[in-house]
Amino acid sequence: MPGKLKAKIVAGRHLPVMDRASDLTDAFVEVKFGNTTFKTDVYPKSLNPQWNSEWFKFEVDDEDLQDEPLQITVLDHDTYSANDAIGKVYIDIDPLLSSEAATVISGWFPIYDTIHGIRGEINVLVKVELFNDLNRFRQSSCGVKFFCTTSIPRCYRAVMVHGFVEELVVNEDPEYQWIDRIRTPRASNEARQRLISLMSGELQRKIGLKVLEMGGNAVVGYLQCFDLEGESGLVVRAIGTACTLDKLSNTYTPATAINPCNSSPSKDIKEAGFGEEAPGVPLSSGPPTPLRAQTFSSFSPSKSYSRQSSSSDTELSLTPKTGMGSGGSAGKEAGPLKALLRQQTQTALEQREFPFFTLTSFPPGFLLHVGGVVSARSVKLLDRIHNPDEPETRDAWWEEIRQEIKSHAKALGCHAVVGYSESTSICEEVCILSASGTAAILSSRFMQDSALDTEHRLSRQQASVFTSGAEKGEGDMGSTASLGFEDLMSPGCAFCHIPYDELNMPFPAQLTYCHCCRRYKVPDVLFTTIDLPTEANVTGKGCLIQARLCRTKKKAQGEGNATAISNLLPFLEYELHTQLMNKLKLRSMNALFGLRIQISVGENMLLGLASATGVYLTALPSPGGIQIAGKTPSDITYEQHISNMQKKINDTIAKNKELYEINPPDLVEEVIGSPIPEPRQRSRLFRSHSESSDEVSELDLSHGKKDAFVLEIDDTDAVEDIHSLLTDAPTPPGFYSCNTEIMPGIYNWTSALQMFTSVRVFRLSNVNLTNQGLNKVFNDLCENLLKSLYFKLRSMVPCCLCHVNFTVAVPEDELIQVAVTAVAMSFDKDQTQENGRQSIDKNLMKAITENEDQLQFPLELSAESSSNPLNSAKGLSEVSGPLPSARAPSVDYSSFTDRCSSWIEQLRLKAHTIRCGSIKTMSSLEKASPLPEGRSRSLRSNRSYAGSSVTVVKMTPLSFIPGTKIIKYLGIINMFFIRETTSLREEGGVSGFLHSFIAEVFAMVRAHVAALGGNAVVSYNMKECVFMENPNKNQAQCLINVSGDAVIFVRESELEATPPQPHSASAQTSSSGEGT
Amino acid sequence: MSMELDVFVGNTTIIDEEVYQLWLDGHSVSDAVRMRLESDALSECEASGEVLHSDTMDQYRTFQMCERLLHCPSKLANQLLFQIPAHRQAMLIERYYEFDHTFAREVLGKKLSKGTKKDLDDISLKTGVALKSCRRQFDNFKRVFKVVEELKGPLVENVQHHFLLSDSLARDYAAVVFFANSRFETGKRKLQYLSFQDFAFCAGQLISYWTVGAVDNMMEDMDVDLEKEFLHDLKDLKVLVNDKDMLDQHKSLVCYQLKGKIKAFSEMEANFKNLSRALINIASKLTNTKDVRDLFIDLVEKFIEPCRSDKWTVGDLTLFLTHYTSTAHTLEMFRFQILWERYMGVIKSCILKMYHD
Repeated sequence: MPGKLKAKIVAGRHLPVMDRASDLTDAFVEVKFGNTTFKTDVYPKSLNPQWNSEWFKFEVDDEDLQDEPLQITVLDHDTYSANDAIGKVYIDIDPLLSSEAATVISGWFPIYDTIHGIRGEINVLVKVELFNDLNRFRQSSCGVKFFCTTSIPRCYRAVMVHGFVEELVVNEDPEYQWIDRIRTPRASNEARQRLISLMSGELQRKIGLKVLEMGGNAVVGYLQCFDLEGESGLVVRAIGTACTLDKLSNTYTPATAINPCNSSPSKDIKEAGFGEEAPGVPLSSGPPTPLRAQTFSSFSPSKSYSRQSSSSDTELSLTPKTGMGSGGSAGKEAGPLKALLRQQTQTALEQREFPFFTLTSFPPGFLLHVGGVVSARSVKLLDRIHNPDEPETRDAWWEEIRQEIKSHAKALGCHAVVGYSESTSICEEVCILSASGTAAILSSRFMQDSALDTEHRLSRQQASVFTSGAEKGEGDMGSTASLGFEDLMSPGCAFCHIPYDELNMPFPAQLTYCHCCRRYKVPDVLFTTIDLPTEANVTGKGCLIQARLCRTKKKAQGEGNATAISNLLPFLEYELHTQLMNKLKLRSMNALFGLRIQISVGENMLLGLASATGVYLTALPSPGGIQIAGKTPSDITYEQHISNMQKKINDTIAKNKELYEINPPDLVEEVIGSPIPEPRQRSRLFRSHSESSDEVSELDLSHGKKDAFVLEIDDTDAVEDIHSLLTDAPTPPGFYSCNTEIMPGIYNWTSALQMFTSVRVFRLSNVNLTNQGLNKVFNDLCENLLKSLYFKLRSMVPCCLCHVNFTVAVPEDELIQVAVTAVAMSFDKDQTQENGRQSIDKNLMKAITENEDQLQFPLELSAESSSNPLNSAKGLSEVSGPLPSARAPSVDYSSFTDRCSSWIEQLRLKAHTIRCGSIKTMSSLEKASPLPEGRSRSLRSNRSYAGSSVTVVKMTPLSFIPGTKIIKYLGIINMFFIRETTSLREEGGVSGFLHSFIAEVFAMVRAHVAALGGNAVVSYNMKECVFMENPNKNQAQCLINVSGDAVIFVRESELEATPPQPHSASAQTSSSGEGT
Repeated sequence: MSMELDVFVGNTTIIDEEVYQLWLDGHSVSDAVRMRLESDALSECEASGEVLHSDTMDQYRTFQMCERLLHCPSKLANQLLFQIPAHRQAMLIERYYEFDHTFAREVLGKKLSKGTKKDLDDISLKTGVALKSCRRQFDNFKRVFKVVEELKGPLVENVQHHFLLSDSLARDYAAVVFFANSRFETGKRKLQYLSFQDFAFCAGQLISYWTVGAVDNMMEDMDVDLEKEFLHDLKDLKVLVNDKDMLDQHKSLVCYQLKGKIKAFSEMEANFKNLSRALINIASKLTNTKDVRDLFIDLVEKFIEPCRSDKWTVGDLTLFLTHYTSTAHTLEMFRFQILWERYMGVIKSCILKMYHD
């Protein structure tokens, strides 16, 4: 008997009129948990009843506590006939089961009816008393924390990252049970809502058990999905990353282990990192299998660059033993340790069946190298699930796909897959299962305790060396700094360095030396599914890049249909990929982050939508242009046509370069955009699409021997490509967009935030559309949707649409549905005009040339930190103690000048941590400075709307809210709603119906968060929006599934009590701007 | 090929004030789109008709969903469906309850009933205010009337409290409610030259000085009705015209004061008795509901028109009324000083407000 659940019904308000005669309602409430039901008294004749009930107590197993929702039904008492239901509230009590989350649920909840929508509100109080569970074989997993956020939650520290957890449960869909023929739509919807709620609870509990087994205490990047398989059942599946998290009680403790990258990095991480990159070490040929024998020469061209680079060779080996064996040849001091670490990583990973991580951003130092995107798809025929308790077939399907992903990653020389996600698309009895992720090499530091400890210690040491050095004279300063610089050079580019064997590349690619460190090889393009690492060196800004494709398909049944789809898939993917590549070139960028390819299947068409954020990685070579070639010369008009097009393309590229501020530093030795013929496709996109997993990417993406970016215009596809290239409208001035968490090049966010969902359904006319026609329709649909978004959000300019998440579906024969959820965030315009780093350099130069009061200098430095709030936020967490205030006369100005000159050198070389170092010394100056007045304040002033009795709850798909600090995670929000109507016209047609439903869903999410005591939802995601209509019958139905993390945030401006504040740094920015 | 469904929902409800005004003004979606296309404000956004149509539809839907809440503005603050910052809520409410004075002028003094609602077509035609907008404004009047009709305490404050309106708008509503309750005649041809603002001012005067609440805020009676007792007492003022001595004395006092100060002195002197009789007669008849209703037409016919035909200036009139009122105090036999002051104070300011072309 490990738990007691208590609920109290306080009051209701705004109830609907249930009795026409009196225009009033006689309301009472039923409170149900499991099989126990309590009732309140009837509160007669009121639309605002005050029940003020006793505490209803349920004594239950914690297993039930996890599975079951608390179900509250509001009814209208009727003496003569049956009581009428007004609506229901389901409350997930899971957040109350973890000691670190919410302690009480209390607040107004919208009373929801699946037919009428929200009908008034009810005030409820819920508490849980848990008893200690002594049963070792327990079935519950209370206390395991769940996070939708795909990074380590902001107020936690990752002690260990255990790895992949997955589970799925299946059941019959109540909508397809025989009883559905005789029950009301309301009863059927409620049965469905309740079942899914139960299944999610069960799923979460089972995953929790797995986490406990692994020794973890939390699931990060928890992604739960529903497959409505129709006749064959209902599948609820979830994946996540098990972790051991530590709550940061004091966020200002020196937490070097969490953010080593911001402090001076620990030497050994670096060494491990460098070792793995060992560039010039040629490895033997042969497939990159774990069993491959390793031969290598000990020559390492990078030796001359730094002592750490005397490295071993074993990087690509996937077996721990080779690491040890070969390490001795070249690696001297660093070798053994690194090899050991490496080995630990390997074993740590190999112990796992699937070394997958659903995370998309990582604690610094965790992600070492990125190979590229790996993906797998498979087409399946659905059959009835006979025994729901043994969902073997579904499990086996996913197992197959995951194996394939794993083998792809291995082929890329990687031992792990990050940014991993799974999805399905179902049409009738055909189901496409997809999985994708980014092959990567990870550091062992978060996977093994011992490794973590050593590094922890070492990094601390290093950090202390650095700080002490900073306090000494110039000479010391210089050397320490340069050491720091060398160490830090790599985080900005290391992840780009190829993890695979240069001579034995798994696919054709052109490698060059890294443009940042010049030591290691990098590919010319990089595709990933993860977020841009915060430490990455990026030139200019990024932008949303989409490839859209629509292909007709013959209607077919069963196996024939499945075969037809399987046959189409490779072409679809290939074309999507080509489009992405071309659009990337057109924007003069060389890397994609957050790549998400969605393939949706309908009766007579396949839709493909790939979204990603394009950026220019400084480490990667500059992309060449796009060249158009015609096959039939001699025709003058034709050539003219081609040259026109070519001109257009070149113009667009030039325009885009300007727009995204891509001005890579000119490199002398590297010929950018060299005319050397390159293989056309250098993608890291791996895929296979078949019912069996053994056909590994037999499709050759290199597309013959054609020149790199030559598009031949004879090719109808090429015409189409060019067309779609040039029809993409540029974003209007003041707007940026990306589908990742943050936009490179924009740092000074204001707190203006607008999360939104937009849905469009397009009906194709019944004429037979060609592929091209369909494509245009689909392309226009997406483009127009974006245009509309920009227009609607015009008041927020300058702003960036972040985490733009498109989902496409083919709900019916001739319908295409596109749904977008994103957040628009405003930023401060003044500073974005200049590239952050450039402005710093400039400021610094000024400070010195003008030889002003030296106090200026520290201010300038802090200005720099503010231009990157993320960095500074992390950096600040390392500030260990109080430092002399600006007004204190003891500050040694002359030493500042000395430091100036040395720092300036490094800043020019883009050393990241130097910044953090400067913050370290200056933070208290910032705080004490009398200058932070004026603009910074006005920026913050317009955000508070006081006076409303309803808590303002912010929602964002991102894991953070700019300008704020998340102080508590209250639990996961995972809600599923069905709404149905039989009076579609009266509710304003389909648009009116869906508009109010989405508004209602938002309202219910906000109410739940507010009741938990929170004021925001982060990592919000609308995972499902299934809309069905029957206008002839005046009916429509919609299912929506949303998730996110309920949190409490505080404005950084309100955190005055604690000395070092990132926001004070931003205040400095404005003041220093005025000063110069 | 067509867009079957197109919605945009923000966590914070986006409200475009310009579109809101178009909606309030009763424009159809297509009209609104056309007008937005023509307006200069949006030209920099390079918005196409398609984009504007989609945006306008979204906004209109949002407003329609909000309308239910706007009917009871206090609900807007504690509803959960739309997250709207407080200052935007205030804007929504204020704009929703704003009305066209030309429209209000037409409805003023009419019974806010279904019968009047049927006449809205004509009013719409006459005033050029779209029928939809007329309906909204009429329903607002009716709603406010229904709520405050039975409430105790100061009328303006009641309106403000229940509908969260600004002070000036609440005053206008108070005037509408007051006129509707007392059913003052405002529709006669001779009254056509008076604007809503003229009447609203007069209503304000009547509410402030002639109702029960005017004398005693603590009274449980309402602000909507004129004080019966006061109206009854007004009969006593008859003495000013019935007592010939008093009338003559009054006249000579006024003439003495005004001599050389007003241009229309001779006309005043000639007409004094008629004018005084008119004002006193109006006062003495106010016990009759019918005559209360005719207050304004009586003032115009019996007092303002004669003055106007004699070409009195506003300054003349002001001086006359001031001294007409004050000299009565010096009449030895006149005992109703307070009553007189209360009556003439309001009459004077009303006449002055109404004395224009």
